[in-house]
Amino acid sequence: MIAESMYQELILEHYKHPQGRGLRDPYDAEVHHVNPTCGDEITMRVKLGDGGKVEDVSYDGQGCSISQAAASVLHELATGSTVDDSLGVVEEFTRLMQSRGKIEADEDVLGDAVAFAGVAKFPARVKCALLAWMAYKDAVVRSTK
Amino acid sequence: MVDTGLDVERIRKDFPVLSRELPGGRPLIYLDSGNSAQKPTQVVEAMREHMAMHYANVGRAMHALGAESTEAYENARDKVAAFVGAPDRDEIVFTKNASEALNLVAYAFGNPIGEDPRFRLGPGDEIVISEMEHHSNIVPWQMLAQRTGATLRWFSVTDSGRLDLSNLDELVTERTKIVSIVHQSNVLGTVNPVAPVLARVREVGALMMLDASQSVPHQQVDVAALGVDFLAFTGHKVVGPSGIGVLWARAELLEAMPPFLGGGEMIEAVWMDRSTYAPAPHKFEAGTPPIVEAVGLGVAVDYLSEIGMDAVVRHEHELTAYTLGALGEIPGLKVIGPLDLADRGGTVSFTLEGIHPHDVGQILDDNFGVAVRVGHHCARPLHLRFGIPATTRASFYLYNTTAEIDALVRGLHHVRKVFA
Ligand SMILES: Cc1ncc(COP(=O)(O)O)c(C=O)c1O
Repeated sequence: MIAESMYQELILEHYKHPQGRGLRDPYDAEVHHVNPTCGDEITMRVKLGDGGKVEDVSYDGQGCSISQAAASVLHELATGSTVDDSLGVVEEFTRLMQSRGKIEADEDVLGDAVAFAGVAKFPARVKCALLAWMAYKDAVVRSTK
Repeated sequence: MVDTGLDVERIRKDFPVLSRELPGGRPLIYLDSGNSAQKPTQVVEAMREHMAMHYANVGRAMHALGAESTEAYENARDKVAAFVGAPDRDEIVFTKNASEALNLVAYAFGNPIGEDPRFRLGPGDEIVISEMEHHSNIVPWQMLAQRTGATLRWFSVTDSGRLDLSNLDELVTERTKIVSIVHQSNVLGTVNPVAPVLARVREVGALMMLDASQSVPHQQVDVAALGVDFLAFTGHKVVGPSGIGVLWARAELLEAMPPFLGGGEMIEAVWMDRSTYAPAPHKFEAGTPPIVEAVGLGVAVDYLSEIGMDAVVRHEHELTAYTLGALGEIPGLKVIGPLDLADRGGTVSFTLEGIHPHDVGQILDDNFGVAVRVGHHCARPLHLRFGIPATTRASFYLYNTTAEIDALVRGLHHVRKVFA
């Protein structure tokens, strides 16, 4: 029953009680990403401040528990962090998701996002976990242009 | 267990996969036959035997094996013709799948190679489909409309999942050249009424096609009794192999239609600058056909005939009644499709409030070995119609049991607990 290990308590908590959900003003960039196989969707806004500070990450979307919880965890990790630090987390998260479950997650870098380690064993669900994170990366690039 | 007059325990022995274990010691509970059916030993063995002992190319090899292989291939055509009540064996065209059969007919319209006025299509002409179609009966017609400038129109679907015929006369008019609808929906389970649509089609002088991918496996389909012009289905859903599909069309229409794919075996004579074509069905079977698959399909339809399609219908009817009853007791569960059993097959799609179908499918599979399909089941417009991105679908066949439906229900209760 490997799926049980995918549906970590922390993921279910974020799915049932998403943090920072809802689109807010002001923002520097807004992006919309979809996962055509599942119909998962996310709209994400990023507001950057002085010194590369991430002031707000707001989002709205629909989809499975993995995709929605991933957006909520991302909001928590990125808001209040810096562009450089948060993109470092995105990179580590992406590496973990694409590892097919073959690498150890670096909890120091990932924080709560380490709960998604089990998803990496389900290739069909990796796209769900990455949806919000790829949208964030895209939004940050557009914000800094 | 409910007695449905079918010896399901014996039937299950014909399908070895049903008694295998999944990793982690889970049993396999296969509720995804609407997607593709499992194969009985009889089919597997016949294909193995043909490949091992009788294999050669068909139609063109002047030796003993060539004759045996050709005979087996053509015998399969006889069996399929008998299975669907085709008046003439040459009305059975073997294709790759139902999708190819639908495309073949779509390509006959608005095609400069053809001369028959019934297939002429251009601006002002109309093609009619429905909102409950599989993408295979939508996209070929969209492409045809794009190529020719014809207009694509469609029947809508009622809230209870029935074809809405209230505007039949406005939708199907003198401008209509072809109406192509699904006989039995792969999402809703709905069996569509053919007679009233066909009556209107005849009134306006159009042609009618049925996508019978989900009806031929699950009910006695008789093309002559239905009275339509074209009918498509696919081998892998009738306990046959993948890689083969069937187009049935009235002989006179096949004769009038231009060929689809060009190549070996579909010709009569070839010069450097032109060709003449073989008579149907060979005109539509360019290149080496799915020989072994045809042999398997022939055995598959014989297998079903021997059991009796009326017994299959009764069995699936019982399973569907049982399922609709059991699912009705799960809080937050909504069936997308008819709740009454009249004109309804054994395909039950549903949503669970607050839980995405991908999560439902994952937990059912991983904890209980229950294989269902999740997503839009290649019918995205139908899901848009119901305002939902996806559903979970359980679909039954002759080898399923009420005990398996109990497992599905237990699994769904567990899914609700995980997400409570
Ligand atoms: C109603 C319907 N039409 C068409 C198809 C397409 O069949 P195939 O993929 O074998 O071409 C299917 C099955 O996927 C179906 O359920």
